[in-house]
Formats: sequence, C-alpha cells, structure tokens
Amino acid sequence: MELIYEKSVAGRSGVRIPLSDVPKAAPLPEALRRTEAAGFPEVSELDLVRHYTNLSRRNFSVDTNFYPLGSCTMKYNAKVMEQAGALFVDCHPMLALLPGGEKYVQGPLSLVHALEQQLAEITGMDEVTTQPLAGAHGEMTGIMVIAAYHKARGEKRKYVIVPDSSHGTNPASAAMAGYEIITIPTAPYGDMDLDAYRAAMNNEVAAVMMTCPNTLGIFNPHIAEICEIAHQAGALTYYDGANLNAILGKVRPGDVGFDVIHVNLHKTFGTPHGGGGPGSGPVGVKKGLIPYLPTPRVVKNADGSFGVEAHPEGIGRVSDFFGNFGIMVRAYGYITLLGGEGLIEVSEQAVLNANYMMARLKDEYELPFDMTCMHECVFSAARQLKDGVHALDIAKYLIDRGFHPPTVYFPLNVKEAIMIEPTETESKATMDAFIEVMLEAARLTRENPDALHQAPETMPVGRLDETRAARAQQVCCEG
Amino acid sequence: MGYCPNTPEEIRDMLAVIGASGVADLFAPIPEELRAKSFNLPAGVSEFELMALMREKARQGGTEIVPFIGGGIYDHIIPAAVDHLSGRAEFYTAYTPYQPECAQGTLQALYEYQSAICRLTGMEASNASLYDGGTALAEAALMALRITGRHAVVLDGSVNPLHREVVCGYLASLEAGVCQLPPAGCEVDLAGLMNSITEETAAVIVQHPNFFGSVADLTELAKKAHEQGALLIVSCYPIAMGLLKSPGEMGADIAVGEGQSLGNPLSFGGPYFGFIATRKRFIRNLPGRIVGETVDAQGRRGYVLTLQAREQHIKRHKATSNICSNQSLCALRGLIFVASLGKKGFADLALLNYDKAEYAKSVLGALKGVSLANAAPTFNEFTLKLPKPAAEVVARLLDRGVAAGVPVAGYYPGREDELVVTVTEKRTKAEIDALAARLEEALWN
Repeated sequence: MELIYEKSVAGRSGVRIPLSDVPKAAPLPEALRRTEAAGFPEVSELDLVRHYTNLSRRNFSVDTNFYPLGSCTMKYNAKVMEQAGALFVDCHPMLALLPGGEKYVQGPLSLVHALEQQLAEITGMDEVTTQPLAGAHGEMTGIMVIAAYHKARGEKRKYVIVPDSSHGTNPASAAMAGYEIITIPTAPYGDMDLDAYRAAMNNEVAAVMMTCPNTLGIFNPHIAEICEIAHQAGALTYYDGANLNAILGKVRPGDVGFDVIHVNLHKTFGTPHGGGGPGSGPVGVKKGLIPYLPTPRVVKNADGSFGVEAHPEGIGRVSDFFGNFGIMVRAYGYITLLGGEGLIEVSEQAVLNANYMMARLKDEYELPFDMTCMHECVFSAARQLKDGVHALDIAKYLIDRGFHPPTVYFPLNVKEAIMIEPTETESKATMDAFIEVMLEAARLTRENPDALHQAPETMPVGRLDETRAARAQQVCCEG
Repeated sequence: MGYCPNTPEEIRDMLAVIGASGVADLFAPIPEELRAKSFNLPAGVSEFELMALMREKARQGGTEIVPFIGGGIYDHIIPAAVDHLSGRAEFYTAYTPYQPECAQGTLQALYEYQSAICRLTGMEASNASLYDGGTALAEAALMALRITGRHAVVLDGSVNPLHREVVCGYLASLEAGVCQLPPAGCEVDLAGLMNSITEETAAVIVQHPNFFGSVADLTELAKKAHEQGALLIVSCYPIAMGLLKSPGEMGADIAVGEGQSLGNPLSFGGPYFGFIATRKRFIRNLPGRIVGETVDAQGRRGYVLTLQAREQHIKRHKATSNICSNQSLCALRGLIFVASLGKKGFADLALLNYDKAEYAKSVLGALKGVSLANAAPTFNEFTLKLPKPAAEVVARLLDRGVAAGVPVAGYYPGREDELVVTVTEKRTKAEIDALAARLEEALWN
C-alpha cells in the first residue's frame, strides 16, 4: 500500500482550522521563522479516512482475531471503558497544580486515589503510585525507590539479582537505576536455582526481581523462601506484576514477602494495548518505602476532599503528572465493574483455559516443564525442528489460518519456545479451533514441512527481510 | 461477570480433559500458607451503574473553566477523524507488531509517524515514540552520554520545570552530573550556557520556546556545543514547529518533545506521547522501537521493527533503554492529526496561535500595572508581571471560571509577581477580552 505521503497532492487541503477573530499580528523576526513548512501530506479528508481505515485492516487485533500472545495478556477490552474514558478528555492536568485548583478537579483526583486503594488491596501493598507510564517504567521507578531506601540507610549496594527467565525489561530497568546485574539460571524444576541464588546473595545486593508465576507459567513454591533469603541479607524484594492475571484473589505479593511491585494495567486490568501502548505501570510498596515514592502524591484530606501533595523525600518526578490517567480510568472501571468475585473468576478461568490448552497440545508438542501451569503454558518446537520446522514457521502458519501467533523464542531458557496465553475471555470453541490448527501444523511438519516454510501466503506481504531492514536503516521517507 | 464466556458444561468438559476435579485443583501448586490474607473489594456492578459513577466523577473535572494554562500540555483542536480512525479496533486492540505480516497496519502507520516527526523537527531518524515529554528529554540526555562517552549535561533553567525534575531523577540514578543554569529573566541564557560547556559536557539541553514562552535562535549555541565535542538537545513544542525554526535547522543533534498537542486530548495528564529524533549517524543510540522499510521474497514493500539489537528483549541490561511498551496509539493520533491538517493547515494553525497570543499580549499587557516580562518574541505563551502575587490572582480568577495562567513562583521561588499565560487557537477573542476584564477587576478591586 502507498504511504500517505505518496498520496499527497500539492494544494489539496484537509480539515479546515478555525477562522481567526483577532487582528493579524506583526510577523516574527525572520531569523526565528522556519524557512520551509514541514512536509506533511496534503490529502482530502476522504483520502485520509480511506488510507487509515485500509491500513487498519492489515492488522490482527483482539477484536478481530484470537491473540494468545504469551506474557501479554491479550484479553478482551470492554467497550464501556472507552465510554468512561471519553468523559474525562477535557480535564486539564495543570489545573490540579494551580493554587486553589484542586477543588475543581475532585472527580479525577478521587479516581486516582480510589484506583491506588484498589490496587493496594489486590496486591497486598500499603501504598501505590500511579505515575509510571508502562510496566518497564514501573520497574525503573520501583528500583529507584529501593535505591533511595538503601541510600537513606547509608548503604551503597551494587547489584540486582534477576532469574534468567525474567523479562528483558527487569535487568534493563535495574541498569537504568544504576545497578549491576547478577543473573541466576533456571533449575531443572522450572524455577530460579535456589542454591545458585543463595550463593549469589550478600550484603552488596540491593534487590531481587521475581516474576511469579514466572515466564514459564509456573508458580514458584519457594517464593516466600526467596524473599526471606533476601531480607536476611538486607536486600529488598521486587515483584514484576506482568503475570498477575493468574493469581487475583489467590495470592497477594505483599502477603508473601514482596516489598515493591508493579502491575501492568494494560495486561491484568483489561485496558487496550493500542498497537504497543499506551500502557500504565503503577507501583505499590510496603510501609517502610512510602517516603521514597515519587512526587506528587494524591492524598485524601481529613474533610474527605482530595489534594495533591509534594513528596519531598521521594525519588522525584518520574513522569509529568499523575500517570496515564485515561488508562487509569479504564482500569478503575474494570476493577469496579468486576468486583472482588469477578476478579477471582478472571484468574480461575485464565488458569483453566491455559491448562486446557496445555492438555490438548502436549501430545504433539514438547512440554519442557510438564506440570500444572498457571495463566500460560510454554511448549518447545524441538520435536518439529527435527523435521526442519522452527517455532517461527508454526507461528507464520497460524497467521494464514487466522490466528495471531503465540509469543515465540521467549522465554530464552526454552529452545524454540512457543508461549501460549489464552486469557479468560476466550471460549472453549475458539481455543478448540486454534488447537486444531496447531495439531494440523504438527501433522504437516511430518508430512510436508515445506508447506510451513512458505507461510504466510494470505497476508499483504510474505516474510520480510529483516537483515535488509537493519542494513538499509530506512526509517523515514524522504521529503 | 469478568467477560468469561465458558458455561458450566464447557468448564466441566475442559476439566475432564485436564484430568482435574475442579478449578481448585489447578491452584494446588500454590502452598496454603502463601494464599491471600485478604481480598476486600466490593461486589461488581453493571456497565450502566459504572457509567453513572463515572459521570459523577467527570462532572467534577473542572471542564467549565476556560484554560489559559499550558505548562507543556495544551488545549488544541482535534479533528473528528483523529478519534474515529485511531479508535479502529484493529489499531486499538492490537499489540506490539512482533509478527510483521499480520501487523502491517501498525507498522506502516508508525513508519509514517517517524517520517512526520523527522519533517516536524528537521531531523533524519525518529523512533516509534516514548512515554511523554519529560521522559523523552531524560532519554535524550542518556543518549548523549552514550554517544559522547562523557558524564554530565548542562541543563537550561528555562526548560519546563516538570521535565527538568524527570531528567534530574534519571541522571541521578546513574550518578551523572547536571549543571543547571538559572534563566536570564524569561530568556534562555545563551551566553551563560556557552560558558558552562566543558570537556565533560555530553550535551546542552534547552527548550524551544522555553517555559516562559520566549523564542531564541539556537544556531550559535549548537555551533559552540559542537566545537567542544558536546551535543545540543532541543525539546520543542510541536505546534510551534509550524512557524518557528526547527531544531534541525538550528543544528541540534537530538530533538524531543511532548507530543500531546498533536491530536491527543488533555485527559488529566495522559496518555500522551514523547517524540525523539536525531541525525542518522546516531540511530543506533536511539532508545525504544524503530520501524524500518524492507521487502518480502517477492519484492513487495513492507515494514518491520528494526535495529532490535539495541533493545531490552535482546540486550537485557546492556540495552539503550528499558522501554518496551511505548505510546503507539497516541503517536498514531499525532500522525493522523498532522495528516488531517496537511502542510498548509499545520502552518496556518501555528500562525493562528501566534496571532491569538499576540492579541492577548496587547490587551493584557495594556492593563494598568501589568507589563510583559519577556524580552524576546514569543509564540503562544508569554509571561506577565502583575502588581499583585500571581498565585493570589489565579486562585481568585479560578472562582470566576477562568484559569488565568501558571504562576511562575511555583517553580521559581521569589518570582511571585509573574504569570505565564497560554493562548491557543481555541481561545476566542471574547474569552481573551473577558480574561482581561476579570484580571483588571482582580488586580484593582
């Protein structure tokens, strides 16, 4: 399809801007003015609408296709939340920071506060900040809070421990917060090697970052012990909430011994993924860490009104205002609509769906860790590889059959990994249809592996040359 | 209740396939002593009750107040097509385009977005978006440290104070040095900045126009920085780029900014997007995702995520940034916004902002006891000196239904009598005249 710039015709005008009702001002000095207007496309409104409508049709999405992308929790996004979000679009955040401004934004402030309270109860933490704008941003904020805690105690610790199965964002976030990384391998029982962890822990370690259930979809039975070992060495414990969808109402990280947690509102709490964001990554902490939360804090005053307070001891500001508020509206709506019972049902059905998927596929696909899984299951295409078929080939075949592929090649500690997270919002019928195609791919692997190498053939483009893209570095069109 | 479709019969069948007697069996791997000690949330509601609750909260959202405030976030027009097209479920409910063949919609749109940002800023390479203006500026500073191998930045004091706080937080974690220079009144202290560059300086960071609304030509500053082996980072206001010299034209190495003004609503602070663009030679040091053009086996043009070896999912702790999810949908809104207005419409919009603000400046600046604090020309924001503390005036005018501006003293202690006023194209002459009347009343009655 042509680029919008290639549809541009000089002199064609799009949307009309408001008429001026003020006199024309004396022009800015020439030295400050741009010499040539920015080359934005000149298209009619219909050209524009047709272009982006047709572009959108070149996407798979949750609303059009089953999207079992492991670790991403691609659940259905309820439409009422869009209606709710639209109610707040004209609220100016600066109003809350003006002298005397708080009283005019009591609605949005009360919503921020209520969401923080809901998340604190769900995770078992004492206080929550909604400032971080995505999961990785939450991780960085959380580790900065941990660094501030150690600093206040006059300690300078150097290391953060992560398991090798962790999301790449964990070590990257800790590095941005100034730490060196110690990576612990996975033991044959599917979790961080406890002995290696124990050996790595010492009084130079600031924190250990855990995902539980881990990226293999396995609940770590030693999780409390891991926290205890850290605490004995004076280190803190960080819970990556990427997989929280598995344990709502079942386990609260705060009860288990975690000091800091982030949650991904765009995963567990049903907000749309937007083609790669916006997300939202609120951070919860235990009491002793509250002083180090970022500024500002939304507080409830004695008279029941809400205010904005500077938080002088904290780590400073990690984003410009109160976080991705529009996303917070949707998550608050989701939690409120479902209620406690509804959230428990979410996890139960998510875990049921994942175990059903695992049970139906494990005869054909190797299951490196064969045990009850939580919200997702991880297979390996190692068996298919013997016939020359990679996880990637299976993924591309699924596309031709109308399914978004699972996550492939992650986690890194499973060869040819295929990570499937169906989520609770998918029906048995949808999963059965997906399972049939997965079984068919396994059959084809034995009978006609080349059929898989050709896929996908039904999309606007076939497999794209990524090496060429990296070499050419063509990242914007001329003009 | 939780949008869970399976019926009791289906659940029974699934459990039979698994070989479990009930859902509780599936949670058996969780030791009893680790189970939740509390889960005290109220019962759920229907979507209709939820909307009643939401409407109640939205009613207390301050939308009746006429905003003459900015501070990096601006009340601009949004063409109807932006909402409509960005609301297409195929864009809205997809995720990161890891499988390019079934994500060409998102990928091509992001490629078009990157092209728009390059054209806006006069740069050669843009990523696919960052979180917001403040974090984009912080990422630009980190990028400059990587490129130069130096360990400090010079930060102009007239950069948005909220953004400066974010930059300082990020840099403090890495124990990098920040030399903050106070503004010269309402102006960028160009001479001061030039004198502060040392051989340890990775970058000079300025904002265009600055927090007080002043516009400066940064060409000489760029030259001076380059002479000393430092980079120039310019945080720019995208709407102003319809009229003002772009960072690229002035010789900047990295251009960033808060993208909200491009088609994203105020929404009480987000979601917005941050943009970042640079020279082609620095492309491998960009943070976050980048979309590149390529072809398939049949030579058909297509788009993929490229240069991923910079990113956290491959490089882990050695990545250029920890960013994963960014603000894709908000960036898409930005793209559709500029494409809706087009080349001429965008330039006209900038000019309209300028004209409105110049009118407001003439009316407000003529009030008894009020004077203009900017020495340099301004775009759509300017700073007034008032005969009374600005905080007091603002609080009083809020009760009259107008947010008159942002008091400078909140961020620059001691400058009690100054007020930054913002006038976008949405403010009518009648609203500006009414502001003048109310301001006069607040000052003298």
